Amino acid sequence: MKYRSAFDIIGPVMIGPSSSHTAGAARIGRVARTLFGKLPTKAIISLYGSFAKTYKGHGTDFAIVAGLLDLDTFDERMPKSLAIAKDLGLEVVFQAEEAVTDHPNTVKINLYGGDDELELVGISIGGGTIEITELNSFPLKLSGEHPAILVVHQDRFGIISAVTSVLSKYQINIGHMEVSRLDKGEMALMVIEVDQKIEDMVIEELSNLANVSKIIRMAE
Amino acid sequence: MFRNVAELVQLAETNQVKIAEIMIRQEIEVSGLTREEVIAKMDKNLTVMEQAVERGLNGVHSHTGLTGGDAVLIQNYIKSGKALGGTVLLDAVSKAVATNEVNAAMGVICATPTAGSAGVVPGTLFAVKEKLLPTREEMIEFLFTAAAFGFVVANNASISGAAGGCQAEVGSASGMAAAAIVELAGGSAQQAAEAMAITLKNMLGLVCDPVAGLVEVPCVKRNAMGASNAITAADMALAGVTSRIPCDEVIHAMFLIGQSMPSSLRETAEGGLAATPTGRRLEQEIFGSGNTVKLKNLIRS
Repeated sequence: MKYRSAFDIIGPVMIGPSSSHTAGAARIGRVARTLFGKLPTKAIISLYGSFAKTYKGHGTDFAIVAGLLDLDTFDERMPKSLAIAKDLGLEVVFQAEEAVTDHPNTVKINLYGGDDELELVGISIGGGTIEITELNSFPLKLSGEHPAILVVHQDRFGIISAVTSVLSKYQINIGHMEVSRLDKGEMALMVIEVDQKIEDMVIEELSNLANVSKIIRMAE
Repeated sequence: MFRNVAELVQLAETNQVKIAEIMIRQEIEVSGLTREEVIAKMDKNLTVMEQAVERGLNGVHSHTGLTGGDAVLIQNYIKSGKALGGTVLLDAVSKAVATNEVNAAMGVICATPTAGSAGVVPGTLFAVKEKLLPTREEMIEFLFTAAAFGFVVANNASISGAAGGCQAEVGSASGMAAAAIVELAGGSAQQAAEAMAITLKNMLGLVCDPVAGLVEVPCVKRNAMGASNAITAADMALAGVTSRIPCDEVIHAMFLIGQSMPSSLRETAEGGLAATPTGRRLEQEIFGSGNTVKLKNLIRS
Protein backbone atom coordinates (compact mmCIF):
# COMPACT_ATOMS: atom_id res chain seq x y z
CA MET A 1 0.00 0.00 0.00
CA LYS A 2 1.40 3.36 -1.05
CA TYR A 3 -0.46 5.32 1.64
CA ARG A 4 -0.24 4.03 5.20
CA SER A 5 -1.43 6.81 7.48
CA ALA A 6 -4.63 8.81 8.04
CA PHE A 7 -2.35 11.85 8.00
CA ASP A 8 -1.28 11.09 4.42
CA ILE A 9 -4.94 11.83 3.59
CA ILE A 10 -5.80 14.58 6.12
CA GLY A 11 -2.54 16.49 5.83
CA PRO A 12 0.06 17.75 5.42
CA VAL A 13 -0.38 21.23 6.85
CA MET A 14 1.22 23.25 4.12
CA ILE A 15 1.62 26.45 2.14
CA GLY A 16 -0.60 26.36 -0.96
CA PRO A 17 -1.36 25.96 -3.73
CA SER A 18 -0.73 22.25 -4.53
CA SER A 19 -0.04 19.23 -2.31
CA SER A 20 1.73 17.31 -5.06
CA HIS A 21 3.40 20.23 -6.85
CA THR A 22 4.19 22.38 -3.79
CA ALA A 23 4.27 20.29 -0.56
CA GLY A 24 5.42 17.08 -2.28
CA ALA A 25 8.03 18.99 -4.26
CA ALA A 26 9.29 20.63 -1.06
CA ARG A 27 9.54 17.22 0.59
CA ILE A 28 11.60 15.82 -2.30
CA GLY A 29 13.90 18.84 -2.06
CA ARG A 30 14.26 18.33 1.67
CA VAL A 31 15.14 14.63 1.32
CA ALA A 32 17.82 15.66 -1.21
CA ARG A 33 19.15 18.19 1.29
CA THR A 34 19.18 15.61 4.09
CA LEU A 35 21.00 13.08 1.91
CA PHE A 36 23.49 15.74 0.80
CA GLY A 37 24.04 16.67 4.44
CA LYS A 38 24.68 20.40 3.93
CA LEU A 39 23.58 23.41 1.93
CA PRO A 40 24.79 22.91 -1.65
CA THR A 41 26.35 25.75 -3.64
CA LYS A 42 24.64 24.74 -6.86
CA ALA A 43 21.46 22.86 -7.73
CA ILE A 44 20.27 21.77 -11.17
CA ILE A 45 16.59 20.90 -11.03
CA SER A 46 15.13 19.03 -14.02
CA LEU A 47 11.34 18.85 -14.18
CA TYR A 48 9.33 16.28 -16.13
CA GLY A 49 5.68 15.76 -17.12
CA SER A 50 3.09 17.80 -15.23
CA PHE A 51 5.89 19.28 -13.11
CA ALA A 52 7.49 20.68 -16.27
CA LYS A 53 4.20 22.03 -17.65
CA THR A 54 2.81 23.70 -14.53
CA TYR A 55 5.72 24.40 -12.18
CA LYS A 56 5.38 28.15 -12.49
CA GLY A 57 1.72 28.20 -11.51
CA HIS A 58 2.05 25.65 -8.76
CA GLY A 59 5.18 27.14 -7.19
CA THR A 60 7.07 23.88 -7.70
CA ASP A 61 10.26 25.90 -8.26
CA PHE A 62 10.27 27.75 -4.95
CA ALA A 63 8.96 24.66 -3.14
CA ILE A 64 11.89 22.45 -4.20
CA VAL A 65 14.34 25.20 -3.33
CA ALA A 66 12.63 25.63 0.08
CA GLY A 67 13.22 21.92 0.64
CA LEU A 68 16.89 22.35 -0.29
CA LEU A 69 17.01 25.11 2.35
CA ASP A 70 15.61 22.56 4.85
CA LEU A 71 12.28 24.39 5.25
CA ASP A 72 9.12 22.50 6.26
CA THR A 73 5.96 22.28 4.09
CA PHE A 74 4.19 24.85 6.29
CA ASP A 75 7.06 27.34 6.54
CA GLU A 76 5.73 30.74 5.50
CA ARG A 77 9.13 31.71 4.08
CA MET A 78 8.58 29.12 1.33
CA PRO A 79 7.32 31.52 -1.38
CA LYS A 80 10.46 33.64 -0.86
CA SER A 81 12.87 30.69 -1.02
CA LEU A 82 14.42 31.69 -4.36
CA ALA A 83 15.55 35.02 -2.91
CA ILE A 84 16.73 33.35 0.31
CA ALA A 85 18.75 30.81 -1.69
CA LYS A 86 20.44 33.60 -3.61
CA ASP A 87 21.37 35.37 -0.37
CA LEU A 88 22.83 32.13 1.03
CA GLY A 89 24.93 31.55 -2.08
CA LEU A 90 22.93 28.68 -3.58
CA GLU A 91 22.80 28.93 -7.36
CA VAL A 92 19.70 27.30 -8.82
CA VAL A 93 19.07 26.27 -12.43
CA PHE A 94 15.68 24.98 -13.60
CA GLN A 95 15.25 22.83 -16.69
CA ALA A 96 11.84 21.84 -18.10
CA GLU A 97 12.41 18.48 -19.80
CA GLU A 98 10.42 16.99 -22.69
CA ALA A 99 11.21 13.33 -21.94
CA VAL A 100 8.24 11.20 -20.84
CA THR A 101 8.71 9.58 -17.43
CA ASP A 102 6.81 6.74 -15.75
CA HIS A 103 5.12 9.13 -13.34
CA PRO A 104 3.79 12.55 -14.47
CA ASN A 105 5.25 14.37 -11.45
CA THR A 106 8.95 13.59 -11.67
CA VAL A 107 11.95 15.72 -10.73
CA LYS A 108 15.68 15.07 -10.97
CA ILE A 109 17.86 17.08 -8.60
CA ASN A 110 21.63 17.41 -9.02
CA LEU A 111 23.43 18.99 -6.09
CA TYR A 112 27.00 20.26 -5.96
CA GLY A 113 29.06 21.60 -3.05
CA GLY A 114 32.83 21.39 -2.61
CA ASP A 115 33.89 17.96 -3.86
CA ASP A 116 30.47 16.44 -3.22
CA GLU A 117 27.85 15.66 -5.84
CA LEU A 118 24.47 14.01 -5.56
CA GLU A 119 21.84 13.03 -8.09
CA LEU A 120 18.36 12.16 -6.93
CA VAL A 121 15.11 11.36 -8.74
CA GLY A 122 11.83 11.78 -6.89
CA ILE A 123 8.15 11.47 -7.74
CA SER A 124 5.21 13.19 -6.08
CA ILE A 125 2.37 10.67 -6.10
CA GLY A 126 -0.46 12.84 -4.72
CA GLY A 127 -1.61 14.55 -1.54
CA GLY A 128 1.98 15.46 -0.60
CA THR A 129 3.18 11.85 -0.45
CA ILE A 130 6.47 11.23 -2.26
CA GLU A 131 8.84 8.46 -3.28
CA ILE A 132 12.56 8.76 -4.01
CA THR A 133 13.14 6.39 -6.92
CA GLU A 134 16.80 6.90 -7.77
CA LEU A 135 19.94 8.02 -5.93
CA ASN A 136 23.28 8.42 -7.76
CA SER A 137 21.98 6.04 -10.45
CA PHE A 138 20.90 3.40 -7.90
CA PRO A 139 17.23 2.53 -8.19
CA LEU A 140 15.54 2.59 -4.78
CA LYS A 141 12.27 3.22 -2.99
CA LEU A 142 12.33 5.66 -0.14
CA SER A 143 9.30 7.49 1.27
CA GLY A 144 11.17 9.89 3.53
CA GLU A 145 8.46 9.34 6.15
CA HIS A 146 10.39 6.91 8.33
CA PRO A 147 13.87 7.08 9.83
CA ALA A 148 16.23 5.40 7.39
CA ILE A 149 19.86 4.41 7.00
CA LEU A 150 21.54 4.41 3.62
CA VAL A 151 24.70 2.35 3.42
CA VAL A 152 27.05 2.88 0.47
CA HIS A 153 29.34 -0.14 0.30
CA GLN A 154 31.35 -2.51 -1.87
CA ASP A 155 29.36 -5.48 -3.19
CA ARG A 156 30.90 -8.27 -1.04
CA PHE A 157 29.49 -11.35 0.68
CA GLY A 158 28.52 -10.97 4.34
CA ILE A 159 28.05 -7.20 4.30
CA ILE A 160 24.25 -7.35 4.68
CA SER A 161 24.64 -9.72 7.61
CA ALA A 162 27.24 -7.42 9.22
CA VAL A 163 24.97 -4.37 8.92
CA THR A 164 21.84 -6.11 10.17
CA SER A 165 23.79 -7.62 13.08
CA VAL A 166 24.62 -4.11 14.29
CA LEU A 167 20.95 -3.09 14.02
CA SER A 168 19.90 -6.24 15.83
CA LYS A 169 22.40 -5.52 18.63
CA TYR A 170 20.76 -2.12 19.22
CA GLN A 171 17.27 -3.67 18.94
CA ILE A 172 16.36 -1.62 15.87
CA ASN A 173 13.50 -3.13 13.85
CA ILE A 174 13.67 -3.00 10.03
CA GLY A 175 10.43 -1.97 8.28
CA HIS A 176 11.67 -2.07 4.70
CA MET A 177 15.03 -2.95 3.21
CA GLU A 178 16.51 -3.22 -0.26
CA VAL A 179 19.90 -3.62 -1.85
CA SER A 180 21.00 -2.57 -5.32
CA ARG A 181 24.37 -2.49 -7.04
CA LEU A 182 25.85 -0.92 -10.12
CA ASP A 183 27.54 -4.19 -11.11
CA LYS A 184 28.77 -7.43 -9.51
CA GLY A 185 31.54 -6.64 -7.02
CA GLU A 186 31.16 -2.89 -7.60
CA MET A 187 29.62 -0.09 -5.54
CA ALA A 188 26.30 -1.01 -3.91
CA LEU A 189 23.60 0.74 -1.90
CA MET A 190 21.55 -0.61 0.99
CA VAL A 191 18.40 1.28 1.99
CA ILE A 192 16.98 0.38 5.38
CA GLU A 193 13.82 1.99 6.75
CA VAL A 194 13.52 1.44 10.48
CA ASP A 195 10.91 1.99 13.19
CA GLN A 196 13.14 3.54 15.83
CA LYS A 197 15.31 6.62 16.13
CA ILE A 198 18.89 5.91 15.08
CA GLU A 199 21.51 6.95 17.66
CA ASP A 200 24.97 8.30 16.77
CA MET A 201 26.76 5.22 18.10
CA VAL A 202 24.85 3.00 15.68
CA ILE A 203 25.99 5.15 12.77
CA GLU A 204 29.56 5.12 14.06
CA GLU A 205 29.61 1.33 14.42
CA LEU A 206 28.18 0.89 10.92
CA SER A 207 30.79 3.29 9.48
CA ASN A 208 33.59 1.17 10.92
CA LEU A 209 32.44 -2.01 9.18
CA ALA A 210 34.71 -3.40 6.45
CA ASN A 211 33.75 -2.46 2.87
CA VAL A 212 31.36 0.29 4.03
CA SER A 213 32.30 3.61 2.41
CA LYS A 214 29.51 5.89 3.59
CA ILE A 215 26.54 5.95 5.95
CA ILE A 216 23.73 8.46 5.54
CA ARG A 217 21.13 8.85 8.24
CA MET A 218 17.64 10.15 7.55
CA ALA A 219 15.58 11.23 10.53
CA GLU A 220 11.79 11.29 10.37
CA MET B 1 -5.64 -3.20 7.88
CA PHE B 2 -8.67 -2.57 5.63
CA ARG B 3 -8.04 -2.65 1.89
CA ASN B 4 -11.39 -1.49 0.55
CA VAL B 5 -14.69 0.09 1.57
CA ALA B 6 -16.43 -3.28 1.98
CA GLU B 7 -13.81 -4.36 4.53
CA LEU B 8 -13.98 -0.99 6.26
CA VAL B 9 -17.79 -1.20 6.65
CA GLN B 10 -17.56 -4.80 7.84
CA LEU B 11 -14.91 -3.94 10.44
CA ALA B 12 -17.11 -1.15 11.80
CA GLU B 13 -20.19 -3.40 11.88
CA THR B 14 -18.42 -6.39 13.46
CA ASN B 15 -16.82 -4.28 16.17
CA GLN B 16 -19.97 -2.15 16.53
CA VAL B 17 -17.98 1.07 16.34
CA LYS B 18 -17.85 4.07 14.02
CA ILE B 19 -15.67 4.09 10.92
CA ALA B 20 -13.72 6.90 12.60
CA GLU B 21 -12.80 4.49 15.40
CA ILE B 22 -11.51 1.88 12.91
CA MET B 23 -9.27 4.54 11.34
CA ILE B 24 -8.02 5.74 14.75
CA ARG B 25 -7.17 2.16 15.83
CA GLN B 26 -5.31 1.51 12.59
CA GLU B 27 -3.38 4.77 12.92
CA ILE B 28 -2.31 3.84 16.46
CA GLU B 29 -1.06 0.49 15.18
CA VAL B 30 0.75 1.81 12.12
CA SER B 31 2.34 4.88 13.72
CA GLY B 32 3.20 3.45 17.13
CA LEU B 33 1.78 6.63 18.69
CA THR B 34 -0.62 6.60 21.62
CA ARG B 35 -4.33 7.25 21.16
CA GLU B 36 -3.93 10.69 22.76
CA GLU B 37 -1.09 11.58 20.37
CA VAL B 38 -3.05 10.50 17.31
CA ILE B 39 -6.09 12.52 18.41
CA ALA B 40 -3.92 15.55 19.23
CA LYS B 41 -2.33 15.40 15.77
CA MET B 42 -5.73 15.53 14.08
CA ASP B 43 -6.83 18.27 16.48
CA LYS B 44 -3.93 20.38 15.18
CA ASN B 45 -5.03 19.81 11.58
CA LEU B 46 -8.58 20.80 12.55
CA THR B 47 -7.23 24.05 14.01
CA VAL B 48 -5.39 24.81 10.76
CA MET B 49 -8.66 24.25 8.86
CA GLU B 50 -10.56 26.59 11.19
CA GLN B 51 -7.95 29.30 10.77
CA ALA B 52 -7.93 28.94 6.97
CA VAL B 53 -11.74 29.25 6.75
CA GLU B 54 -11.71 32.25 9.05
CA ARG B 55 -9.04 33.94 6.96
CA GLY B 56 -10.96 33.23 3.76
CA LEU B 57 -14.24 34.54 5.18
CA ASN B 58 -12.49 37.81 6.00
CA GLY B 59 -11.61 38.16 2.31
CA VAL B 60 -8.37 37.06 0.69
CA HIS B 61 -6.99 37.47 -2.85
CA SER B 62 -4.36 35.51 -4.76
CA HIS B 63 -1.19 37.13 -6.08
CA THR B 64 -2.46 36.84 -9.64
CA GLY B 65 -5.83 38.37 -8.81
CA LEU B 66 -7.63 35.47 -10.52
CA THR B 67 -9.39 34.32 -7.35
CA GLY B 68 -10.50 35.72 -4.02
CA GLY B 69 -13.40 37.44 -2.32
CA ASP B 70 -16.11 35.01 -3.47
CA ALA B 71 -16.52 33.41 -0.02
CA VAL B 72 -17.45 36.86 1.33
CA LEU B 73 -19.95 37.45 -1.49
CA ILE B 74 -21.72 34.16 -0.74
CA GLN B 75 -21.82 34.83 3.02
CA ASN B 76 -23.36 38.26 2.42
CA TYR B 77 -25.92 36.69 0.07
CA ILE B 78 -26.90 34.12 2.75
CA LYS B 79 -27.38 36.98 5.23
CA SER B 80 -29.66 38.80 2.75
CA GLY B 81 -32.20 36.00 3.22
CA LYS B 82 -32.76 35.72 -0.54
CA ALA B 83 -30.88 32.44 -0.99
CA LEU B 84 -32.77 29.71 -2.85
CA GLY B 85 -30.51 26.83 -1.80
CA GLY B 86 -30.53 25.77 1.88
CA THR B 87 -28.44 27.74 4.35
CA VAL B 88 -26.28 24.74 5.32
CA LEU B 89 -25.58 24.00 1.66
CA LEU B 90 -24.57 27.55 0.78
CA ASP B 91 -22.60 27.92 3.99
CA ALA B 92 -20.62 24.80 3.02
CA VAL B 93 -20.04 26.24 -0.45
CA SER B 94 -18.82 29.52 1.00
CA LYS B 95 -16.48 27.85 3.50
CA ALA B 96 -15.07 25.48 0.87
CA VAL B 97 -14.38 28.49 -1.35
CA ALA B 98 -12.84 30.35 1.61
CA THR B 99 -10.31 27.57 2.19
CA ASN B 100 -9.34 27.31 -1.44
CA GLU B 101 -9.00 31.06 -1.80
CA VAL B 102 -6.46 30.92 1.03
CA ASN B 103 -4.72 28.03 -0.74
CA ALA B 104 -4.57 29.97 -4.01
CA ALA B 105 -3.10 32.92 -2.08
CA MET B 106 -0.30 30.61 -0.86
CA GLY B 107 -1.62 30.67 2.68
CA VAL B 108 -1.45 27.81 5.18
CA ILE B 109 -4.02 25.03 4.69
CA CYS B 110 -4.37 21.36 5.52
CA ALA B 111 -4.45 19.09 2.44
CA THR B 112 -7.66 16.97 2.43
CA PRO B 113 -6.68 14.83 0.54
CA THR B 114 -4.83 17.39 -1.61
CA ALA B 115 -4.33 21.15 -1.48
CA GLY B 116 -6.33 21.78 -4.65
CA SER B 117 -9.28 19.96 -3.07
CA ALA B 118 -8.66 21.21 0.48
CA GLY B 119 -11.93 23.15 0.72
CA VAL B 120 -14.53 20.39 0.52
CA VAL B 121 -13.97 18.48 3.78
CA PRO B 122 -13.59 21.49 6.12
CA GLY B 123 -16.24 23.48 4.21
CA THR B 124 -18.89 20.83 4.76
CA LEU B 125 -17.75 20.12 8.34
CA PHE B 126 -18.00 23.75 9.46
CA ALA B 127 -21.39 24.15 7.74
CA VAL B 128 -23.10 21.03 9.17
CA LYS B 129 -21.53 21.96 12.52
CA GLU B 130 -23.99 24.86 12.75
CA LYS B 131 -26.89 22.43 12.57
CA LEU B 132 -25.59 19.27 14.29
CA LEU B 133 -23.63 21.09 17.01
CA PRO B 134 -20.93 18.40 17.38
CA THR B 135 -18.37 18.31 20.20
CA ARG B 136 -14.69 18.95 19.37
CA GLU B 137 -14.14 15.20 19.64
CA GLU B 138 -16.88 14.48 17.11
CA MET B 139 -15.37 17.00 14.69
CA ILE B 140 -12.02 15.21 14.99
CA GLU B 141 -13.84 11.92 14.35
CA PHE B 142 -15.36 13.47 11.22
CA LEU B 143 -11.83 13.94 9.89
CA PHE B 144 -10.87 10.34 10.70
CA THR B 145 -13.98 9.07 8.88
CA ALA B 146 -13.03 11.18 5.87
CA ALA B 147 -9.46 9.88 6.13
CA ALA B 148 -10.63 6.24 6.12
CA PHE B 149 -12.49 6.66 2.82
CA GLY B 150 -9.69 8.75 1.32
CA PHE B 151 -7.21 6.08 2.36
CA VAL B 152 -9.11 3.47 0.31
CA VAL B 153 -9.27 5.74 -2.75
CA ALA B 154 -5.58 6.69 -2.50
CA ASN B 155 -4.47 3.05 -2.31
CA ASN B 156 -6.88 1.61 -4.90
CA ALA B 157 -7.17 4.48 -7.37
CA SER B 158 -5.50 7.88 -7.02
CA ILE B 159 -5.77 11.24 -5.29
CA SER B 160 -3.51 12.97 -7.80
CA GLY B 161 -4.85 15.25 -10.54
CA ALA B 162 -1.75 14.55 -12.62
CA ALA B 163 -2.46 10.82 -12.42
CA GLY B 164 -6.28 10.72 -12.40
CA GLY B 165 -7.76 14.14 -13.16
CA CYS B 166 -9.93 16.30 -10.88
CA GLN B 167 -12.24 13.34 -10.17
CA ALA B 168 -9.30 11.98 -8.14
CA GLU B 169 -8.94 15.23 -6.18
CA VAL B 170 -12.25 17.07 -5.74
CA GLY B 171 -14.09 13.81 -6.51
CA SER B 172 -12.27 11.96 -3.73
CA ALA B 173 -12.64 14.91 -1.33
CA SER B 174 -16.39 15.09 -1.96
CA GLY B 175 -16.86 11.36 -1.42
CA MET B 176 -14.84 11.54 1.80
CA ALA B 177 -16.90 14.51 3.01
CA ALA B 178 -20.23 12.86 2.15
CA ALA B 179 -19.34 9.72 4.11
CA ALA B 180 -18.13 11.76 7.09
CA ILE B 181 -21.30 13.89 7.12
CA VAL B 182 -23.42 10.73 7.20
CA GLU B 183 -21.51 9.34 10.17
CA LEU B 184 -21.60 12.66 12.05
CA ALA B 185 -25.37 12.86 11.46
CA GLY B 186 -25.82 9.42 13.01
CA GLY B 187 -26.05 7.32 9.84
CA SER B 188 -24.66 3.79 9.63
CA ALA B 189 -21.31 2.72 8.22
CA GLN B 190 -23.10 1.26 5.19
CA GLN B 191 -24.97 4.54 4.64
CA ALA B 192 -21.63 6.37 4.74
CA ALA B 193 -20.36 4.05 2.00
CA GLU B 194 -23.53 4.69 -0.05
CA ALA B 195 -23.00 8.45 0.26
CA MET B 196 -19.39 8.08 -0.90
CA ALA B 197 -20.53 5.99 -3.89
CA ILE B 198 -23.31 8.41 -4.87
CA THR B 199 -20.97 11.39 -4.69
CA LEU B 200 -18.11 9.84 -6.59
CA LYS B 201 -20.43 8.56 -9.33
CA ASN B 202 -21.36 12.16 -10.01
CA MET B 203 -17.74 13.28 -10.16
CA LEU B 204 -16.51 10.58 -12.58
CA GLY B 205 -14.73 11.92 -15.62
CA LEU B 206 -14.00 15.34 -14.16
CA VAL B 207 -10.76 16.53 -15.75
CA CYS B 208 -7.91 18.57 -14.29
CA ASP B 209 -7.47 21.60 -16.55
CA PRO B 210 -6.07 24.45 -14.45
CA VAL B 211 -5.73 27.78 -16.26
CA ALA B 212 -2.07 28.82 -16.49
CA GLY B 213 -1.19 25.77 -14.38
CA LEU B 214 -2.33 27.66 -11.29
CA VAL B 215 -4.55 26.16 -8.60
CA GLU B 216 -7.19 28.84 -9.04
CA VAL B 217 -9.44 28.57 -12.11
CA PRO B 218 -11.50 26.35 -12.03
CA CYS B 219 -10.20 24.71 -8.81
CA VAL B 220 -11.81 27.08 -6.31
CA LYS B 221 -15.31 26.72 -7.78
CA ARG B 222 -14.91 22.97 -8.20
CA ASN B 223 -14.49 22.83 -4.44
CA ALA B 224 -17.77 24.73 -4.11
CA MET B 225 -19.58 22.18 -6.27
CA GLY B 226 -17.78 19.33 -4.52
CA ALA B 227 -19.13 20.56 -1.18
CA SER B 228 -22.72 20.84 -2.44
CA ASN B 229 -22.46 17.43 -4.11
CA ALA B 230 -21.28 15.93 -0.79
CA ILE B 231 -24.16 17.41 1.22
CA THR B 232 -26.76 16.34 -1.36
CA ALA B 233 -25.39 12.79 -1.50
CA ALA B 234 -25.20 12.59 2.32
CA ASP B 235 -28.86 13.64 2.56
CA MET B 236 -29.81 11.06 -0.08
CA ALA B 237 -27.99 8.27 1.77
CA LEU B 238 -29.53 9.33 5.11
CA ALA B 239 -32.93 9.26 3.40
CA GLY B 240 -32.29 5.60 2.59
CA VAL B 241 -31.21 5.92 -1.04
CA THR B 242 -28.58 3.36 -2.02
CA SER B 243 -26.11 3.15 -4.91
CA ARG B 244 -26.78 0.34 -7.39
CA ILE B 245 -23.02 0.18 -8.08
CA PRO B 246 -21.09 -0.68 -4.88
CA CYS B 247 -18.64 1.95 -3.58
CA ASP B 248 -15.52 -0.12 -4.33
CA GLU B 249 -16.59 -0.63 -7.92
CA VAL B 250 -17.18 3.10 -8.34
CA ILE B 251 -13.67 3.73 -7.01
CA HIS B 252 -12.24 1.22 -9.48
CA ALA B 253 -14.19 2.83 -12.32
CA MET B 254 -12.68 6.17 -11.32
CA PHE B 255 -9.20 4.62 -11.45
CA LEU B 256 -9.79 3.20 -14.95
CA ILE B 257 -11.26 6.48 -16.23
CA GLY B 258 -8.17 8.28 -14.90
CA GLN B 259 -5.93 5.80 -16.71
CA SER B 260 -7.64 6.48 -20.02
CA MET B 261 -7.64 10.26 -19.64
CA PRO B 262 -5.26 11.98 -22.04
CA SER B 263 -2.30 13.77 -20.48
CA SER B 264 -3.66 17.12 -21.74
CA LEU B 265 -6.50 16.77 -19.19
CA ARG B 266 -4.34 15.67 -16.25
CA GLU B 267 -2.86 18.80 -14.69
CA THR B 268 -0.72 19.88 -17.62
CA ALA B 269 -2.65 23.09 -18.43
CA GLU B 270 -2.76 21.93 -22.06
CA GLY B 271 -6.45 21.11 -22.50
CA GLY B 272 -9.97 21.90 -21.27
CA LEU B 273 -10.51 25.32 -19.70
CA ALA B 274 -6.75 26.00 -19.76
CA ALA B 275 -6.85 25.83 -23.57
CA THR B 276 -9.83 28.19 -24.04
CA PRO B 277 -9.08 31.60 -25.60
CA THR B 278 -9.62 33.29 -22.24
CA GLY B 279 -7.58 30.65 -20.40
CA ARG B 280 -4.68 31.22 -22.80
CA ARG B 281 -5.00 35.01 -22.54
CA LEU B 282 -4.88 34.86 -18.74
CA GLU B 283 -1.82 32.61 -18.90
CA GLN B 284 -0.13 35.11 -21.21
CA GLU B 285 -1.00 38.02 -18.91
CA ILE B 286 0.33 36.26 -15.82
CA PHE B 287 3.46 34.58 -17.14
CA GLY B 288 4.20 36.30 -20.43
CA SER B 289 5.74 34.07 -23.08
CA GLY B 290 7.45 31.30 -21.16
CA ASN B 291 9.13 33.85 -18.94
CA THR B 292 9.24 33.12 -15.22
CA VAL B 293 10.47 36.54 -14.15
CA LYS B 294 7.03 38.03 -13.68
CA LEU B 295 5.85 35.33 -11.28
CA LYS B 296 9.01 35.59 -9.22
CA ASN B 297 8.49 39.35 -8.94
CA LEU B 298 4.96 38.69 -7.75
CA ILE B 299 6.16 36.21 -5.15
CA ARG B 300 8.88 38.43 -3.76
CA SER B 301 6.67 41.49 -3.49
